[in-house]
Amino acid sequence: MTVLDYLSVMLLIGGGGFFLAGTLGLLRFPDVCSRLHALTKADNVGLGLTVAGLALASESWAVAGKLLLIWVLVLLASASVSYLIAQGSMQRRKPS
Amino acid sequence: MSDVLDSLLGLSLVALAWRALASEDLFKAVVLFISFGLVLALVWVRLEAPDIALAEAAIGAGLTGALLLAALARLRRIETNDSPVERPGRLPRMLTAIAALSLTAALGHALLSLPTVSAGLSREVIAQLDASGVRHPVTAVLLNFRGYDTLLELMVLLLALLGAWSLRDAPAPPERPADPVLDTLAHALAPLLLLVAAYLLWAGAHAPGGAFQAGAVLAAAGVLLLLAGWRLSARLTGLPLRLALVLGPGVFLLVAVFTVPLEGLLLEFPPAAAGRLILLIEAAAMISIAVTLAALFLGAPPERGERR
Repeated sequence: MTVLDYLSVMLLIGGGGFFLAGTLGLLRFPDVCSRLHALTKADNVGLGLTVAGLALASESWAVAGKLLLIWVLVLLASASVSYLIAQGSMQRRKPS
Repeated sequence: MSDVLDSLLGLSLVALAWRALASEDLFKAVVLFISFGLVLALVWVRLEAPDIALAEAAIGAGLTGALLLAALARLRRIETNDSPVERPGRLPRMLTAIAALSLTAALGHALLSLPTVSAGLSREVIAQLDASGVRHPVTAVLLNFRGYDTLLELMVLLLALLGAWSLRDAPAPPERPADPVLDTLAHALAPLLLLVAAYLLWAGAHAPGGAFQAGAVLAAAGVLLLLAGWRLSARLTGLPLRLALVLGPGVFLLVAVFTVPLEGLLLEFPPAAAGRLILLIEAAAMISIAVTLAALFLGAPPERGERR
């Protein structure tokens, strides 16, 4: 194994840790906003570390670029969707 | 290691299916159904069937989920407006259960009577691939060797929309106030989804992809825009919308009829032109599938001035 491989494995394990913590938070936290807070850590940092680890292990720049694009798209979608879920839950809490 | 992964996937699939069916809360059931679709897509990937995985993720989990959520929102509005919706009586429920159990038994019997080890027809498909006009065996089967099935599937989709449109008194979705974040997301993603749909359509000739996957992605763009409050201009809701709906089956039928004098059989394409004909049919089918699915999401037929 080269240095690159070790680095890749470490990033993947780190990403897995963030996903585990995010899932635990989603299951254990009491209300919508704190659950979203836990979930976005898995989406943003967890997926970011996973993508970085996979990009280091990928055989070409094209694959690495595609992985990066996936991360950017998920960031965009997860940030917007988290906002929409929080917005919806706040509207439901105080009925106009 | 992969055995452990496969068993976990299979077990969670069964667990998700059971929880979705047993859930009292309909919203929870829909969310579980969407998760079920996503895990099922992973299972198809593990079974080395990326075409079905793509279709399952896009149509089974994505669009069906959106349709179910839209139906749920409508159901809640009916329940709050009028008296609660009447539950079906014991007899209809018993009859439904008997019908479902008989179907399960028949399917189980059919599955058990299949030969356990069989190469299927894949060898014949590979042998005939050169005559099909495309290089991807799944597309060759769907659009050329078994064109009937795909043509009828397009018809079924159209029938489903006609059924939804004939229930005219379905309440229209409420006008939601414009949301800047949703608006920005829709504007950022719509062109990207268009690009992905075009790529999937083009890739169908030599790799997993094709009209159904591309149509579902395009329909997702439509649903996103509809959610952000975008509506089709009034000029396009009449004849143009209906033409877009029948474009796919229409082009398929026309190609089928016009190639009869060349090959002597219905849905038998001349090998030299098959590639181009298939691309033409798939492009038309993609548009019809996308418009039909987005129209299903909206439910009632657009009154002058709605929809994509």
